[in-house]
Amino acid sequence: MRYAMAVDTKKCVGCSDCVVACQAENNVPHGYAREWVVELVEGSYPNLEMELRSERCNHCDNAPCVRCCPTGASHIVEGGIVLVEHNKCIGCGACITSCPYDARYSHPEGYVDKCTFCEHLVKEGEDPACVAVCPTKCLYFGDLDDPRSEVSKVIKNRKYKTLIPEAGTDPQIFFLT
Amino acid sequence: MNNTGQKYIARKEIIDSVSSDILRPVRQNRSFILWMGFLGIALIACLYAYTIQLREGLIVTGLRDFVSWGMYIANFVFFVATSLIGMLISAVLGLIGYSWIKPIARIAEIIAVAFAAVAGLVIISDMGRPDRFPYLFMYGRIHSPILWDVTVVTTYLVLSLLLYLLPLLPDLAIAKSRLKNVPGWLIKVYEILSFKWVHSNEQYKILFRSIRILLILIIPTAFAIHTVTSWLFAVTHRSGWNSTIFGPYFLTGAFVSGTAAVIIAMFFYRNNFKLKSYITADHFDKMAKLLVLVSVVYFYFNINEFLVPGYKLEKFDAIHLEALFSGHHALLFWSTQLLGLVIPMILLLFRKMRKPLPAAIISVFVIAGAWMKRYIIVIPTQEHPFLPIQHVPGEWFVYKPTLTETAITLASVILVLMIITILSKTFPVVSIWEVAEEKEKVVAKESSNQGYDNNGEKSINN
Repeated sequence: MRYAMAVDTKKCVGCSDCVVACQAENNVPHGYAREWVVELVEGSYPNLEMELRSERCNHCDNAPCVRCCPTGASHIVEGGIVLVEHNKCIGCGACITSCPYDARYSHPEGYVDKCTFCEHLVKEGEDPACVAVCPTKCLYFGDLDDPRSEVSKVIKNRKYKTLIPEAGTDPQIFFLT
Repeated sequence: MNNTGQKYIARKEIIDSVSSDILRPVRQNRSFILWMGFLGIALIACLYAYTIQLREGLIVTGLRDFVSWGMYIANFVFFVATSLIGMLISAVLGLIGYSWIKPIARIAEIIAVAFAAVAGLVIISDMGRPDRFPYLFMYGRIHSPILWDVTVVTTYLVLSLLLYLLPLLPDLAIAKSRLKNVPGWLIKVYEILSFKWVHSNEQYKILFRSIRILLILIIPTAFAIHTVTSWLFAVTHRSGWNSTIFGPYFLTGAFVSGTAAVIIAMFFYRNNFKLKSYITADHFDKMAKLLVLVSVVYFYFNINEFLVPGYKLEKFDAIHLEALFSGHHALLFWSTQLLGLVIPMILLLFRKMRKPLPAAIISVFVIAGAWMKRYIIVIPTQEHPFLPIQHVPGEWFVYKPTLTETAITLASVILVLMIITILSKTFPVVSIWEVAEEKEKVVAKESSNQGYDNNGEKSINN
């Protein structure tokens, strides 16, 4: 079992519905976000192109945040999901600085928080909140080990990239280009 | 009178004069009480800021998503760095056999103990959940550099304390019998801490052996403490931190700030404690030379650290270096590098600049530069992540420490000053027995030279 996500940068309209759905589903405190939309403009007028990316924790296979956690609050559960156990986190910030994607933030309660792939929903067989809510259906979620899953299929048929591959973290969010 | 009798009297005279000089400042006079009162009030004011942080969380600091390690961590690195001087002076120079370090070794040890002790507290102020500090020991994972750091800082503190305390034993026994106008409880403290020291040969033998073991043990520990601190940064994949020379780079930088701290402390003790005949101009000359040496080595690592990525200018390194060299950190960067390292290094090459007053003034610049340097290492890197920062409040882009944060940092500096003050006003700052021993050697040498001359005359007569 290896959970992964594919983000279709061609279909994304940058509405930030995923961000809001995540905040609502996971009780993210006001002013914070576990995911965010990046808008990158390339070229010069009138030859412009914009890439829209819905970004979140990459649930890396080689996760530097889990490696450097002093108490084991950052850990990996079945399916390769990287989680933070809030009750064990001392808030030292080592994981925040070690994440090349800046996917983590310091919760007002002092511990560190991040995307969980909505593990509580995935366990029940549902999709993460961001995937469920996306109006253009540009987010695909599923098991990479299962060739019939949506994410496996879409990665097989489309060109994709991952973010900062040179960091060697082996990220599990694929951006379809 | 026979030879041993003469020797004994000479020895007693030396110890008498040395101990009266060195023990003179060991008293709780008015200036001490005023100074401690001032520090105490300032500390309480600054600790109030910490109660705000405890109540509201780290949101009262300038730390946000992108810059999550700020002034606290920079200050922590500076403290750890400055504490390393204890090892350099007592262990490295001591084991090589330089005897000139004897009067200043304890000053270096005081600085080591004070800075190492407070460094541990500083890191707690940076934690989001300080109440969970014990979790480090309950759930500690050996994979984490944070745990390595906690382990070596504690070990170094313990070794430094022992290295401060053990050479103090004979002095405490001397102080106990010679100090007259001090409160009774202090005499009791001396008695307890001197562990029934009676100056017997056997005791000295054990003392020398244990100090030697400690001196050897502290070298790898000190190397470990600052190398591990550098690894907190170097193990992450971020431009500016992702460097293999961070260990030696930090270590040599540590010696620079520590040496400067010892020169400043020496200047203070020399003038305020009237120890001019013990902390001599020659000591300043030698320490300033040491400062030049460590600065040159540090300068070499600086060139490595900036020239190599500056030559390649890889995409993200380029953004980082641009901010340092000509961007909004440029003023800080160049003033730190020039005023805090290069110019002091050149100035101290001149003999005139190695006299006590100029050396102390230059050291103030060096130590201020050393603090800013840690700031420059810790903060700018986090402001330039790999992915673009978008749609966040303006203050997230650039880190600016808040007043609360500054007050808490100030509290740590005040604590260091308090520890140094208390240690230097309750215990002698210069080792009495070691200085007396050195003087004895000089006297013995002189008398033996005389003896030789007499013999020589005799032989001519014959």
